[in-house]
Amino acid sequence: MDRNARIAALKEIATRRILVLDGAMGTMIQALKLDEDGYRGTRFKDHPSELKGDNDLLNLTRPDAIQAIHEQYLEAGADIVETNTFNATTVSQADYGLEAIARELNAVGAEIARKAADVVADREERVVFVAGGLGPTSKTASISPDVSDPGARNTSFDELRETYREATLGLIEGGSDMILVETIFDTLNAKAALFAVDEAFEQSGVRLPILISGTITDKSGRTLSGQTPEAFWNSVSHAQPFSVGLNCALGAKDLREHVAELSRVADCLVSAYPNAGLPNEFGGYDETPDETAAHLGRWAEQGIVNLVGGCCGTTPDHIRAIANAVRGAAPREIPVRERRLRLSGLEPFEVRA
Amino acid sequence: MSDIDIEQTEAPRRRGSFINIGERTNVTGSARFRKLIADDDYEAALQVARQQVENGAQIIDVNMDEGLLDSEAAMKRFLNLLAGEPDISRVPVMVDSSKWTVIEEGLKCIQGKGIVNSISMKEGEDAFLAQARLVRRYGAAVVVMAFDEHGQAETAERKFEICKRAYNLLVEQVGFPPEDIIFDPNIFAVATGIEEHNDYARAFFEATRRIKAELPYALVSGGLSNVSFSFRGNNPVREAMHACFLYHAVEAGLDMAIVNAGALPVYDDIPEQLRERIEDVLLNRRDDATDRLLEIADEHKGGGAKRAVLDTKWREQPVTKRLEHALVHGVTDFIDEDVEEARQAADKPLEVIEGPLMDGMNVVGDLFGSGKMFLPQVVKSARVMKKAVAYLLPYIEEEKLRSGAPTEAKGKILMATVKGDVHDIGKNIVGVVLQCNNFDVVDLGVMVPAAKILETARAENCDIIGLSGLITPSLDEMVYVAAEMKREGLNLPLIIGGATTSKMHTAVKVAPAYDEPVVHVTDASRAVGVVQNLLSKTAKADYAAAIDADYKAMAEKRRTGRVDRKRISIQQACDNALKLDWAGYTPPKPAFTGTRTFTGYPLAELVERIDWQPFFATWELRGRFPDLLEDSVIGEAARPLWDDAQAMLKTLVAEEWVKPRAVIGFWPAETVGDDIRVKTGADGDPTAAMVHTLRQQMPRDTGEGGKANLALSDFIAPAGSGVSDHIGAFCVTTGHEVDARAKAYEEAGDMYSSIMVKALADRLAEAFAERMHERVRREFWGYAPDEALSNADLIGEKYQGIRPAPGYPACPDHTEKGTLFELLDAEAEAGVSLTESFAMWPAAAVSGWYFSHPDSRYFGLGRIERDQVEDYARRKGESVEWVEKWLAPSLAYDPEDEAAKREAA
Repeated sequence: MDRNARIAALKEIATRRILVLDGAMGTMIQALKLDEDGYRGTRFKDHPSELKGDNDLLNLTRPDAIQAIHEQYLEAGADIVETNTFNATTVSQADYGLEAIARELNAVGAEIARKAADVVADREERVVFVAGGLGPTSKTASISPDVSDPGARNTSFDELRETYREATLGLIEGGSDMILVETIFDTLNAKAALFAVDEAFEQSGVRLPILISGTITDKSGRTLSGQTPEAFWNSVSHAQPFSVGLNCALGAKDLREHVAELSRVADCLVSAYPNAGLPNEFGGYDETPDETAAHLGRWAEQGIVNLVGGCCGTTPDHIRAIANAVRGAAPREIPVRERRLRLSGLEPFEVRA
Repeated sequence: MSDIDIEQTEAPRRRGSFINIGERTNVTGSARFRKLIADDDYEAALQVARQQVENGAQIIDVNMDEGLLDSEAAMKRFLNLLAGEPDISRVPVMVDSSKWTVIEEGLKCIQGKGIVNSISMKEGEDAFLAQARLVRRYGAAVVVMAFDEHGQAETAERKFEICKRAYNLLVEQVGFPPEDIIFDPNIFAVATGIEEHNDYARAFFEATRRIKAELPYALVSGGLSNVSFSFRGNNPVREAMHACFLYHAVEAGLDMAIVNAGALPVYDDIPEQLRERIEDVLLNRRDDATDRLLEIADEHKGGGAKRAVLDTKWREQPVTKRLEHALVHGVTDFIDEDVEEARQAADKPLEVIEGPLMDGMNVVGDLFGSGKMFLPQVVKSARVMKKAVAYLLPYIEEEKLRSGAPTEAKGKILMATVKGDVHDIGKNIVGVVLQCNNFDVVDLGVMVPAAKILETARAENCDIIGLSGLITPSLDEMVYVAAEMKREGLNLPLIIGGATTSKMHTAVKVAPAYDEPVVHVTDASRAVGVVQNLLSKTAKADYAAAIDADYKAMAEKRRTGRVDRKRISIQQACDNALKLDWAGYTPPKPAFTGTRTFTGYPLAELVERIDWQPFFATWELRGRFPDLLEDSVIGEAARPLWDDAQAMLKTLVAEEWVKPRAVIGFWPAETVGDDIRVKTGADGDPTAAMVHTLRQQMPRDTGEGGKANLALSDFIAPAGSGVSDHIGAFCVTTGHEVDARAKAYEEAGDMYSSIMVKALADRLAEAFAERMHERVRREFWGYAPDEALSNADLIGEKYQGIRPAPGYPACPDHTEKGTLFELLDAEAEAGVSLTESFAMWPAAAVSGWYFSHPDSRYFGLGRIERDQVEDYARRKGESVEWVEKWLAPSLAYDPEDEAAKREAA
């Protein structure tokens, strides 16, 4: 099955049932307990700076391990696996002195996920998909890093746009079926990413479905850059995404109202992949697979989601429980909204003409 | 968000709302904003944006097109700064420039979905399409000018044709959503004397109508000020033209406009002849329209006051309408005769109140509630109402004797400033606003003990109790009143207001002390809604439950949030004290030691030192002075208030209504730890008073260049340093005669003047403190004999030395005023006394310390830990609990939690 056929299948499946995304990559990598040498492999044996913690580098040094994690998630029931490329941007790789290999990390990351998907698809005789992931980077375009100068910025729209364009080209090249712009703290970063994705589509001649997932950072119900969910949607809706949703930072319990809000306003599919609860005092996550799945199962019944999965702290067991919990539930129906000019600052503004 | 402006012109016969776009952050439209940007004063420029949003702009237009500016850089800087101001950046931005590079720079800075203003086909289709695609990629909506390769469209036909062509290109070739397209069909100047221009306005209306009818979902916008360009210098006519233009444009389908909304007169208020001739011009109804408008334009040139005198049309209306007009516009001139006429027409005198007068006040209430009237205007309305009621009262009494029927108000509110506090301007304003809304108000005045509040509430059968206070100790008193209400089993809702009160304090301290609803009210405009909800039979339960849940969540959040607030130990803080170089410094010596008293200080000297901004804030008109006088929304309320204030101030000075008194003093001083020893005895005499200061305990970077943990004692030379240093103190007042005068106004039913005279006295007291400090620096302490600062610089605290006041951020302990007053003998010398909560009486008084060191500066103490409280209690010779009570708002911990912990341990 080629990419175009898979994309058609994706759209068709979405009309019938709720799609299941995978769970945390970082949590699984941590469990491998790799040391510095484990990260370096042979290729980066002599790299001057520390590389432990650069999870995306494992695409090159431990492709076997990454592929095994993808396979575990697919076997647990995920329809979509996300590439191990959360930090594979020049901006984020610069922390390790590895900005030069950013595009390669994306291309190889997509290839590994593709391989895992093909293995499971053949074995289980079903269609599974690869989402090429674009993370938020370690910088913010609309928040000042300097308290004494609120006008200062540590990156720019153009810098982000260039780094995202390169990453996207890598993801397309490696065989992604869709692009997932995720864990959006700062909507301006996301707007740069969406700009770049559109450029990369134009450049490569390949157009893929876009998935967008923002992050509500705390109980204030806003993104780190201060937008409400509806304002966020108004800011990114021009990308005409396949889906919009929320992930990370909160557990399902606290995330629900914000997902419901998006569900009300977004005229595309809605996704949600919360953390396994809130972090405990050691930074770990305690919510059991059944607990997380119980929440998401209710959301499915209530008809507010189309795609569900897990973020920090979730494991293949969580995904298995989630897949079971949403099985048989009808997908959320996409609301038909009146055509109106909908703008936003930190808050939404709708023009009722 | 309100759609004030267009409703004032009463235009919208169609449904939907008109959107006003703030025009002041535009360097081409506002000379002031241009200057701020050119001077790199971005902070003030942000203030302009903030004001627009506060005043109801739903979108803000930002334009940096100025030849001498680096427009790209200015756009970027301003929008980046804007992003850091959530109260401004909550609204969408319109990125306005005729240069594409500037627009693109702007689009790269906004996380929201904004509007590009504008693109057009003037350079052909290719450039237009390329820009449109980019706008779409950046995720913005777009304004398209009716402009093509042949120039700007002037006729309705061409305006429409260009818009239609652009629409088709955008929708079909770019895939631009039609609802994201806004057309600007060009508003040009009319009445220019050039015949071809005569049809410009009508062409705009016609094009608008066709765009709305034939280009589905597209919107129409325009910049209004062009249309009246011929009448530069004649603002009344310009504004009338804008109002008329908008009336017709909105009717034709205009969705939004960049306007100075507050400067629009009410369409119906425009004199008929003027309106007719303007409309002749706008609609191109007759060939001589321009000449006929010019003929009468000069007659309308005068200021607002003159117009009001000329405009007597309202006198021709029926009496109920006249009463409404008088109430809305605050005119007392004809009230007696109008009320008399209404009384004769009514069966009973009471019906005049319940009928036309209450109807009129309802209009006032609605206008105020929707932000179309402002506080000073409402207080004036109340004055008219009181005058009307006073006229009717004898007739009503007579009627009552005949029939014995009682009157009934919507509810009775008891209001009081709590024991120990003397400030009542805010409380009086709330009282007036409530009365305007037909609530009965029982005002117990200031310094009211809890027992009296409870007793009166019972005796008068009140429905709600409202407590007010300005100084921090009043917070405790309010908790006490709440606890007393519970103990005595009262079941009335409690409302909390006043400058130091907060929703947080109300939620954490007051509400838990009482079982009935407790609501914090931030300002007078909120009071009516709160009271109505609390008295509503249907809404009360839900409302109270919602408030309760909100407060509980807030209290909980604070309880859990407290953990994060890191403090360092008092020892560490002392180690990081500010260490001034005393060896290399000789402090100035004052001209005298001991005290000096001033009585009957010349008022004229104080007037020029008044800081007017807080005066307007008292009336809930917030903005920077003097800009707020010209503000598009509040300007209309601010200008008459300013005129009234100036008039009263003039009389106040001329007739010497108040006799300012002051006492200042200087003494040798040295610091001992965090205390300041003030040596009051003669040389060698060990008599001394101790001033106790508090030290900041927030974590500081202790490295080089890091900030110190400050205490006021750091600014005085330490004992044993061999340096001879001094401290000064002052107490000034302009309040002695004010209360009698305010009371006289109150008794005459003129609350407006009563509040005014108190607000002016407050300002004069502050001005007196400023003036006295200036003289201290130049003469009495004399360390800055050549200082020549403007009033703005003084307000901006650009002088050497400081005058911190006990009870304020650097030294929040009000009880230190006790020492201050003893040193000055302020009660005898200035006639100012302290209440049990250490509030000064009379209220229009200011007191504090003087420090002279060039490095002394104002700072906020922040919150302090128990270790310092223990030390401070020891130094003051008081118990820890006593200190905790007085410093409650400055504690970094909950004394109760702390006590429980200790007990458990």
